[in-house]
Amino acid sequence: MEAAAETLRKTPLHDRHEVVGARLVPFAGWEMPVQYEGIKDEHLRVRSQAGLFDVSHMGEVETSGPQAQDFLQHVLSNDVEKLGEGGSQYSVLCREDGGVLDDLFTYRLGPERYLTVTNASNHDKDFAWLARQAEEYDVEVKDVAADYAMLALQGPDARGILARHIEGEAPARMKTTTATVAGVECLVCGTGYTGEDGVELMVPPDGATAVWDALTADGAAPVGLGARDTLRLEVCFHLYGNDLSEDRDPLGAGLGWAVKLDTGFIGSDALKDVEPQEKLVPFEFTGPGIPRPGNPVLIEGKEAGVVTSGSLSPCLGTGIGLAYVPAGKADPGTAIEIDVRGKTRPAEVRKKPLYAPKGT
Amino acid sequence: MAEASYPEELKYHPEHDWARIEGDTATFGITWYAQDSLGEVVFFDPPEVGATVTANESYAEVESVKAVSDVFSPLSGEIVEVNEALSDDPEKINSDPYGEGWLVKVKLSDTAEVDTLLDVAAYKELLG
Repeated sequence: MEAAAETLRKTPLHDRHEVVGARLVPFAGWEMPVQYEGIKDEHLRVRSQAGLFDVSHMGEVETSGPQAQDFLQHVLSNDVEKLGEGGSQYSVLCREDGGVLDDLFTYRLGPERYLTVTNASNHDKDFAWLARQAEEYDVEVKDVAADYAMLALQGPDARGILARHIEGEAPARMKTTTATVAGVECLVCGTGYTGEDGVELMVPPDGATAVWDALTADGAAPVGLGARDTLRLEVCFHLYGNDLSEDRDPLGAGLGWAVKLDTGFIGSDALKDVEPQEKLVPFEFTGPGIPRPGNPVLIEGKEAGVVTSGSLSPCLGTGIGLAYVPAGKADPGTAIEIDVRGKTRPAEVRKKPLYAPKGT
Repeated sequence: MAEASYPEELKYHPEHDWARIEGDTATFGITWYAQDSLGEVVFFDPPEVGATVTANESYAEVESVKAVSDVFSPLSGEIVEVNEALSDDPEKINSDPYGEGWLVKVKLSDTAEVDTLLDVAAYKELLG
């Protein structure tokens, strides 16, 4: 562990995490805070007030040039022509066979300029893929991950806190704008991964501590990656590597709403013929226990699927998760069982979200 | 969360479990170090009364939000009581690991095994 830790990358906020005694763990090549005070407390703080996450491990790719829109339409699953200036859009990046390389948020910064946020563990793979596909287009695709630290301010109080530190207007949900926050010019995006209202801030690395200090001093509690995962799971947002992978297609994963087959993106031909045999569903335990990724799903006593995300829900107090089950068993209310290390735990397929944030 | 502590009167197992020996019965739990490493305990599924436990083997699990940890039996015997209160308040394992956070009581099958356990000085040395 000690030797490996030396090779891990550190975010510009690393000292801030150490000084408050965060538990730091290796994550996708970075040393990241998994928790500060405790996952449950941090989770509930985001649901009731506001939390601040250091997500600087996320990668960024900038696409610019006369054919930027055409190029992104070719590689991203959503309809990029619908993405207006100052807007944002969720999509997946597919291989030719429809397997999912990553799931991404893309922000349109200008008429011919886009910023795409990648998952840390996929960033190098994504950039290589995009750079290769871009050879046929009049675009420049740049790896700009080193240009940005990324902070997420989330929770019902997030916008109130932000308002005291931003010069100008904060962007509405799903919008993005350039603004000065705590004296630092950054890209402010009305997005997040918690289901709560709030913003994500793309900050120059040397300005990250100023923004962090201002927001944490004004009521935003530091929140680690542990609570980030339980928050996203309660609202059924996908986690790449768990719920999405190159071996799964986006339709079975329930991402059909972000997959516009008629745009002709890479993978669309393969996906046109796909009738998913398995679907990703949210489920909740009806008794004790906590599901974990990899637990088998049992239907009528037989193994019929697999849990891809599982945890205790701090808001519901029950075991919750996402699982792939046969398409015919995916309706809300369907009784299933989860084999948790040899113990059979009753559960029920639910609608998403498993927990609906208040006021959203 | 409680401050780090390792009571003098307990015996310790290197997998971070403790035993309080009273004649031929013993109470088992996990140490301050174990609960701190695991983080806030959110689920403890107690074994059955009457079940046999074997020294150095896992007899239960404790779970935090993100992790599952095996609990190892310091000694061999038969479970005569489990801490039912932990079903509703598993966080007692964090707040009072040597008191209200006890896990099971065991009738020992071989009290000579006690000599294999660590005293507090040896356990602290193991923790470094």
